[in-house]
Amino acid sequence: MSFKFTEENINRINEITTHYPGKQPAVMAALYIGQEQNGWVSYEVMQEVASVLEMNPEDVLGITTFYTMYHQKPVGKFHLQVCTNVSCMLRGGYKIYEHVKEKLGIDNGQVTEDKTFSLEEVECMGSCGTAPMIAVNEDYYENLDIKQVDQILESLKNK
Amino acid sequence: MMEKIVLPEIKDLHLIDVYLQNNGYTAVKKAYSQTPDDLIDQVKKSGLRGRGGAAFSAGLKWSFMPKTTNKQKYLCINGDESEPGSFKDRQIFEFNPHQLIEGILITSYAIQANAAYVYIRGEYHKWIKLFEKALADAYAYGFVGDKMKEKLGGNYSVNIYVHKGAGAYICGEESALMNSLEGKRGYPRVKPPFPAQNGLWGCPTTINNVETITNVPAIINKGWEWFSKIGEAKHPGTILYGLSGHVNKPGVYELPSGTLLTDLVYNYGGGVPGNKKILCVIPGGSSMPPLRGDQLEGVKMDAESLKAVGTSIGTGGIIVMDEDTDLVKVLARIAKFYYHESCGQCTPCREGTGWLLKLLNRISRGEGSTHDLDLLISVASNIEGNTICALGEAAAWPVRYMITRFRDYFEERVSKEVIIPVANKVHSMRGTAIPLAPIKD
Repeated sequence: MSFKFTEENINRINEITTHYPGKQPAVMAALYIGQEQNGWVSYEVMQEVASVLEMNPEDVLGITTFYTMYHQKPVGKFHLQVCTNVSCMLRGGYKIYEHVKEKLGIDNGQVTEDKTFSLEEVECMGSCGTAPMIAVNEDYYENLDIKQVDQILESLKNK
Repeated sequence: MMEKIVLPEIKDLHLIDVYLQNNGYTAVKKAYSQTPDDLIDQVKKSGLRGRGGAAFSAGLKWSFMPKTTNKQKYLCINGDESEPGSFKDRQIFEFNPHQLIEGILITSYAIQANAAYVYIRGEYHKWIKLFEKALADAYAYGFVGDKMKEKLGGNYSVNIYVHKGAGAYICGEESALMNSLEGKRGYPRVKPPFPAQNGLWGCPTTINNVETITNVPAIINKGWEWFSKIGEAKHPGTILYGLSGHVNKPGVYELPSGTLLTDLVYNYGGGVPGNKKILCVIPGGSSMPPLRGDQLEGVKMDAESLKAVGTSIGTGGIIVMDEDTDLVKVLARIAKFYYHESCGQCTPCREGTGWLLKLLNRISRGEGSTHDLDLLISVASNIEGNTICALGEAAAWPVRYMITRFRDYFEERVSKEVIIPVANKVHSMRGTAIPLAPIKD
């Protein structure tokens, strides 16, 4: 399946390259834009990014695999990221994580059959003072207990 | 009540109009009427030290930038904050972004940089948006970019750009941050050359933490003498302490440097839930050596005082653990973090972090032997000092110090009797007394 940036996205990338002396520094932003348009960063997305920024596709692959926020396989409509690092762990992060796993019937890195949810155990998200937390796509839900987690999952299902 | 410098309690201060009503963007005007050298001198005398972990003198760092060069100069602002236990910079992006922008304007003028990059961790979507909004307003009002020559007078202008990270802890290390900004894998660089000589795209570069830079406008407006008298003389100013873990009121507290750790936990943090005893406190984010509950009395929170008790201020992220905490699990979780975040360049760190995790998981499962504790310390000691960047130390310190300071606790969790079944004797000499074959000449 081939992938081409929309004209609007090409313009966004071109604008971002003006922030830097060359084109390559825009690669991180371009990968985000590719992920936004395609849902995940496939090889085709990497090839398109490479051709737009005049880079080697191998280098783009190297960058994609280095950073954890580029999804290298499809994720659910709602990508749930549960932090289990120390501060969250001390305030019940693992309880939340295990609960979500059980409730959705999926393990770390998996997607539900209806493709609504995917789950990821993540490292510190900077919510230590408002722990435990779940990030749903780009939004943080903080100071959670099990009941609130259920409410969040329920409300997302109906979205 | 102590005056707050970085996060003053003013409603809607994040809005540019409110910021302007509260003496906003007056420090930059004052700064631009002086020479860059004067500014560097004032910040040096103020005693401002970096808030990103190393606590290095900010003014001294700026003075390393070459005065005469035909290369472009750059300023980087480190907002990658990914250290477990640290969550202060997001408060600045949300509640006082204009003071950060004003700090960037003054700093970039002092080092004569014409472009500044604010590197913000990718997970902070919300705070990136908030900061970008503030930045757009500052551009629209003519404080940043081409229009600033008219607005602020003089012949100097700087552009500020936001660069979004993508989930790599190591990019908080300054040279990895520069590689990431250049559109490469975030591998730390060998130093020297230092960034001031050879930084972004080979040009002179200064990298400062978000909180450090946010202090600058206050120093210029109120004078270095005023700043140098706040808190501890050797590490003056206020510090954003992040309190998390087993406390009743976790959160970010801006207090003078040298505030008592017990004061922070019991008065500001409201004590430990259920009035439990404290088993352990990590005072500066997960990479710093932990302290035992009985070591906390009289400990002041500033770089020098913490150094004296064998730990470090780090990012000021205080993680409190009560008496019921499973320290083995905590340490294994910390080890997992560094194993996950090691960039893989240096063998001691890439392999060592994995061994630390495996050994700690074994102890956690109840299969550890006394020998494993010494092995952990040995592995940690072999990482420390043998890597390009400080992630090696960050991974080794918690293990080494936790086991040394809580030796009895860990001894109880391991047993001399544990014998791990050995499947392949060729690969394991453990518990055996097979003599090595003599070496022939």
